[in-house]
Formats: sequence, structure tokens, C-alpha cells
Amino acid sequence: MPLALQTFSSVKDANAALQAAGTRYLGGGTLVVRAANEGDGSVSSLVRVTDPGLSQIAVSDGKVRLGASVTMAAIARHAELAALAPAARAVGGPAIRNMATVGGNLFASAPYGDFAVALLALDATVAAEAGEMPVETFLASRDTSRAVVTAVGFSLPEAESFRFLKVSRVKPKGVSVLSIAALLQRTADGTMTSARIALGCMADRPIRAKAAEKALLGCKLMPQEIAPALAAAGEGISPITDPIASAWYRAEVLPVHLGRLLLS
Amino acid sequence: MAKVPVQFTLNGSEKAEFIESGTTLLHALRDKIGDTSPKGGCHQGTCGACSVIIDGELRLSCLTLAETCNGADITTTAGLAEGGVLHPLQRAFLDAFATQCGFCTPGMIMAAKVLLDRTPNPSREDVVEALSGNICRCTGYEPIIQAVLTAARANSQSAA
Repeated sequence: MPLALQTFSSVKDANAALQAAGTRYLGGGTLVVRAANEGDGSVSSLVRVTDPGLSQIAVSDGKVRLGASVTMAAIARHAELAALAPAARAVGGPAIRNMATVGGNLFASAPYGDFAVALLALDATVAAEAGEMPVETFLASRDTSRAVVTAVGFSLPEAESFRFLKVSRVKPKGVSVLSIAALLQRTADGTMTSARIALGCMADRPIRAKAAEKALLGCKLMPQEIAPALAAAGEGISPITDPIASAWYRAEVLPVHLGRLLLS
Repeated sequence: MAKVPVQFTLNGSEKAEFIESGTTLLHALRDKIGDTSPKGGCHQGTCGACSVIIDGELRLSCLTLAETCNGADITTTAGLAEGGVLHPLQRAFLDAFATQCGFCTPGMIMAAKVLLDRTPNPSREDVVEALSGNICRCTGYEPIIQAVLTAARANSQSAA
């Protein structure tokens, strides 16, 4: 079925057009054009916004704001976003990274959406015309979202406090078996004071490993001390099954890879 | 379906077409303009056979709508040879037996061209990374990697 593309210069006009049935937002095209090519009959019309502000990266006073149209490639090559580069480079091959956007990644179902896993660990906020909301809230309600995401914002993590790991079977690029992002705050002697751990492929969208986070508090990153956190990592998960891995396999290897990430 | 005007530069030539809204660049190039060098493989952004260069960046023409390319500068494999002389990458792919069935070759060459344009002397790891979005069912990849490295060496020697 042919698609009709409507181009707007303002988010406000695009939001109005998005309310029509069968209308989806076109960012980089790696999700919605793919769906249309696959024969998804629910997509009959596309909307896009050409506002250059959606493609801007702003880093100031430790705060980062990424326009929703910023690509993974732009993040990966941005000098001040080096801590996030591994998460951006985890998305697809070079051509996909030139197209895939921050906004689109928030809507990517598992096993995709590796960058959204990082945003969840970073406690990002998601901005739309009506205001901002925590990324965790956004991810929970994204299926019913009918508003253009305009940007995400978060505090730039210290390089040593943010960790990201994508596990895949095909190197250097393959679909995720799972992905993990962690934001870890520690005292000078290495005692954990705060931990946010986000998991990809452990549900249909990124989720937090809250039991593991809690178990890490007061610990040092040593094998015997993180063991309770690894044991708790599987609480509340519902891994996906796909041609890459079964839910059982993903659940089995999660503690192994979380342990490697924490001890790395 | 309404037709929309689209203008862009394709391999150095101005193109102005009316296309149906929502047409992918891949279909516009192959079915409307007649440049069949980008191949339609998976149409899902997975195989890389449809790769083209848009404004200096590697993109997948199967996931790019043609009307979003208004004013763009597009390069396909068909535009690489000059005056009947193959581009060094094309020559190297032939010489290294890197083109077995040939279906993935245009996409591979596009990915390799972007790499060599930015990194004239790539490492093997650079080449593997650059080609990581392109699937080949014939070669086992090694002849392709060697072809890209050979073209890079040829470029550096000619520049010396």
C-alpha cells in the first residue's frame, strides 16, 4: 500500500496530523519504513518535521540535550559524548547508524532499542510539545503515544560511572542477545552509593533491574560482594524469544554478563 | 496516490522527477530513473545491498523515502567509473575475486567508498567495521576485505 508523506516545519502541525488513524511519525525510517516494506497495513500515512532544532546536540554544564532526530552516528562521533559512544555504536551497522534516531530508538521493540537502554540507566527525560516526563514513564506508555518526541535530556555521566554492554552472536554487529547499561556512583573507597541498571531484551522494552540495584548498595565491585545482586538480576524480567536466543537462554546468561560488566 | 516533485543530483547529473508519495529511494532509482546498481535485498535495512551515499553518508535506499532527498547529492555504484575506467574499488573487487554472485557488491563498494573517503589507510578492523552492515552469501567476506585493503594501498601509492 502506498504511503503518503506529509512534511511540516513545526512540531505543533505534525502533532495535529499524527492524530489521524494510520499515521505514524517518520524519523530515520529504520522502523516505520521497514514496517511498511514488510506489509504492515496499519501504516498508511507518514508525518515528518524538518525543524533543524530536532537535530541539535547541546552539551552544557554537565547537561545533555539530544534532539529527537539526532542520529546514532552523530552521537558516536561527538567528542563530549564519548561515554555514550559505545551505546550509539551498538545500534546496527554504519548505514543504520546514519539513519537511526534518538527518538526512534525509544520506540524500538526488543531486540532493538539498545540506545534507549542507555537512556533508561541515565534517568533521562523525554520531551514532547506538552512537556517532559521520565524515560521510564515514557517507555511504559509509548504504545499509546500520539505526540512527536522532540528531545531527550540527561546529566552527562562521568566516564567511570557509566557502563554499557551489548551481547550479540555476530561480530562486530549483530542483533542483541541482551544489552545492559549501568550508572554506578561510588565513594572514594569504592562503596556503591547509587546504582541504576537498565536491561534490554529482558522484556519487550528496556526495563530496570531494581532488585539488583538495591542489592548493590553498600557493596564494592568484587565477586563475592556483587553475588547477591547477580542472583537478584532476574527478578521481574520476562525475556523475549526470537531467532537469536530463547527467553530461557537470555535469563540464564544475564547474571553472567551483568557480572562481567560490573567487574570490568 | 498524489505525485510529488523531487530533484536531486545523481552521480553528478541533475534529476527532476515526479514520484508517488511514499516511494522509497530504492524504487525511485531502479524503477523510475533506471539506475539498477542498488539492489533490493531484504527491504528491511539488514542486508546493505541497497546502500547508497547521500550527502557523503552511507544510507540504505530501501528505508529512505525519495521525497526526503530533495536537493541531496546521491552517489551509487553506477556513478563510480569515469570515462570507462573502473574505480579502484571496482577494479580491486574484480581482481580479488570478491564479486561472486555480485548481488551484494554495489552495497559493499558503497560502504567501502565512504570508509576510504574518510580513512584512506584503514586497518583490517576498520574495514570489517565499515562492512558490518552488509551481508554476502558467497565470498566468506575475506576476499572483499582484501579487495578494500588493496584499493586503499593503490590509492595511497598513487597519492605518494
